[in-house]
Amino acid sequence: MNQFITAVLTSLSTGAIYALMSISLVLVWRSTRVINFAQAAQAVLTTYIGYEVITRSGSFWLGLIVAVIAGGIIGAGIDRLFMRQIFKRASSGPIAMIAPVVATTALLGVIYSLIGFIWGISYKTIEAPVSTNGLSIFGSVVAFSPFNLLVIITVTLSMIVLTILFQKTNIGLALRASAHAPEISRLSGVKVDAVRTLGWAIAGGAGSLAGMLYIPGSYLYPNSMAVLLVFGFIAAVIGGLDSLFGAVAGAMVLGFAINFSASYISYKLVFPTAFVILILVLLIKPNGIFSSSKGRRD
Amino acid sequence: MTLIVEGLTIDHGAIRAINNVSFKVPQGQLAAIIGANGAGKTTLLRTLSGLKKSKAGSATWDGHSILDKRTEDLARSGIVHVSDGKSVIAELSVKENLALPGIWRKDKKDVAMATTEVIEMFPILGQRLSQSAGSLSGGERQMLAIGRALIARPKLLLLDEPSLGLAPLIVEQIFLIIKSLVTKKDLTVVLVEQNAMGALKIADEGIVLNLGSVVAVDSANKLLNDPAVRAAYLGF
Amino acid sequence: MSKTITAKKRLLAFLLLGWVLLIFSDRVGELTQYRGAFVATYALAIASIILLTGYSGQLSLGHSALMAVGAYAGALTINNLKLHPIIGLFAAALVAGVFGLVFGYAAARLSGPYLAGTTLALAISLPTIANQFPILGGEQGLLFDVGAPPARLGEEFSQYQWFFWISSLSALIMIWLLANLLNSRYGREFRALRDNPIAAQLAGINTGLQKAMAFGLSAGIAGLSGGLLVMLISGVSPSAFPLSLSFLLLAGAVITGVYGLGGVMIGGVILVAIPEIAESVAIALGGSEGFTISLPDFIVGSLVILTVLFTPYGIGGTLHKKKHNKH
Repeated sequence: MNQFITAVLTSLSTGAIYALMSISLVLVWRSTRVINFAQAAQAVLTTYIGYEVITRSGSFWLGLIVAVIAGGIIGAGIDRLFMRQIFKRASSGPIAMIAPVVATTALLGVIYSLIGFIWGISYKTIEAPVSTNGLSIFGSVVAFSPFNLLVIITVTLSMIVLTILFQKTNIGLALRASAHAPEISRLSGVKVDAVRTLGWAIAGGAGSLAGMLYIPGSYLYPNSMAVLLVFGFIAAVIGGLDSLFGAVAGAMVLGFAINFSASYISYKLVFPTAFVILILVLLIKPNGIFSSSKGRRD
Repeated sequence: MTLIVEGLTIDHGAIRAINNVSFKVPQGQLAAIIGANGAGKTTLLRTLSGLKKSKAGSATWDGHSILDKRTEDLARSGIVHVSDGKSVIAELSVKENLALPGIWRKDKKDVAMATTEVIEMFPILGQRLSQSAGSLSGGERQMLAIGRALIARPKLLLLDEPSLGLAPLIVEQIFLIIKSLVTKKDLTVVLVEQNAMGALKIADEGIVLNLGSVVAVDSANKLLNDPAVRAAYLGF
Repeated sequence: MSKTITAKKRLLAFLLLGWVLLIFSDRVGELTQYRGAFVATYALAIASIILLTGYSGQLSLGHSALMAVGAYAGALTINNLKLHPIIGLFAAALVAGVFGLVFGYAAARLSGPYLAGTTLALAISLPTIANQFPILGGEQGLLFDVGAPPARLGEEFSQYQWFFWISSLSALIMIWLLANLLNSRYGREFRALRDNPIAAQLAGINTGLQKAMAFGLSAGIAGLSGGLLVMLISGVSPSAFPLSLSFLLLAGAVITGVYGLGGVMIGGVILVAIPEIAESVAIALGGSEGFTISLPDFIVGSLVILTVLFTPYGIGGTLHKKKHNKH
């Protein structure tokens, strides 16, 4: 029973972080039709920025806030300055189909290397604001720490904020309209380009939050979020790239599957489990579990 | 405020879709642009609303050029284009579709008033507010698209084939509503239609396009009675 | 008629190139021979990506895993089945090819990002699987030994020259075969898949099968290059095929020009040259360790971005276009 509860709790915690990354990828996919592989690098970069803030100020929360804001600014910057150029120049011609994906992949490498230039490749650590040791429940120590709980609470709050933003505000309506039907939105007077940049900003912020919650208890180095990116991506694919709800659900499915197989069978099964789930979903429902099969119309 | 198009030329890839087209639509009038499939009507409208770039010539509204501008900027300045294909966002609800102009319009009171007017004009929309736009019938979608356009309080309304794919009874309904818009609202309308008869019946001016060129410009009445036009487009 | 002439021209060009390479290998030092072998190997791997992405329009981020499949298959064939190393290389191509065919068939329904995601997952999971099965040698991996050059080539003939011969010859033959294939009806069908899959289906092309075949073929070529790669490092292990290799190959293909085989050799040279150049530059600039290690990625990433923005046809493609514009 103890093992079961632990597995459930850690699944929620890891699933929550994957959900943030997954949301970030889905947001960009819906607005721009590209998988932003550079998101991992953006998250690492902003986590280093958070690290600097924490080192100087001693406050994890200050570092977190700065990192998230930086993530938003960098995300917006990449859309406005980089992606816009890519689409302008490579929207027709030989490379049109793969140019955006290749561009974000290349950007990933460039940002990674810039991080290496500035901070070097040695491992850094970020102290969590609360303990990362297992909680003591009913006398026995459980592999679930106060920090894990903090992660779940933070992510849940973020989800609520995002849901309110998307469903109840004009900006949210503009975001959704532009993602579903950019041309009709333009014809209705919505500034689709500005909205898209906002989408990238939100995605950047979400990715940064994921990064800052991922690193405490682990090590920070340029390539430290490769796994986060991959699992975030797999979660997004499982949930269906067109659905924010799917992004979260997919992340939970993945988190549970990985933690349970690791806990009950073997730690070595983490990657194969993820792969098997992915294959199963793609065989049964190729567009993801939660997507409507519509896709974009115009 | 007049729509003045002069020598407008538009290319669609390697094809010259619109060739040296000129016409005027004075304020408060309904101009019908008719012609066979492929005549370039949709391309013309898409260029007037900024979705497509022009090659040569000019188009001005109220003295200002409207070519090669951003679509959303034109929409915000009162030039609203309802594109063909019942252009509603299927994944959003009827209410949300209608709320789109309200995102940017500053006068929120007027937005509320306009929404009420639209629902009075199209009661069926009022009944389906919380349903997804994708679940509406063709005629209902067309009403939703036009309703949404009206909430933006357009000065120049560009309608692309609103009758396409709709049952004759609904088509009549929609044409009547379009006509009433012009007489009541002092709105200028450019109506592109394959349904030449229906369009010319409600229009003030008629423009006949064939293969990208203007072959006739006249009052709608005269075109309705012109034997050549009747033979080619009205079927009798 | 013109097709046979072009095919003959192509054959002659490849024979000539082979001859030149053979002579070249005699004239240069061992380090260059060794590097040359890497160039050939990478060129072959890039060719497999060009086939899959440039011609059949499927984006794969998992070619490192396919190379690994070939490499392990080859190693097992040589070590456990005790067969001749050349058969080992064949096995590498064959096993990887079959794997790719099956995978490609299962993945045929997947569109762009979903396929990319699946191949990404493949690239990550496959190396860790190697750790699970003792027969695959775990972390340390397996030996891959093609043996010393045959005695009749003389005493002067070094191991590295032998490497160079094997990899260049394999690469030449495979790329020649591939070039013929891509200029045939199959090449056109692949391109139809890429440009307009719906139209292709309507024209009677079985798109699922074609996609799978393209994938299988690409995998086979990648598997062979994987076998060649581990030949050069004398052993196969999970760490020889990291995810970054997939990205590197894709980058090489894009810089070369993803739509034609013309520049694969250039791509191979670039992939081998960049780490070397980067090291020299870093040492000259006296940079920190972080700088030195990160510089190659920076250069590759920047080159890809510049290519996408300014020369979308890639180096090879642009040269090809210039040649044609002259006529």
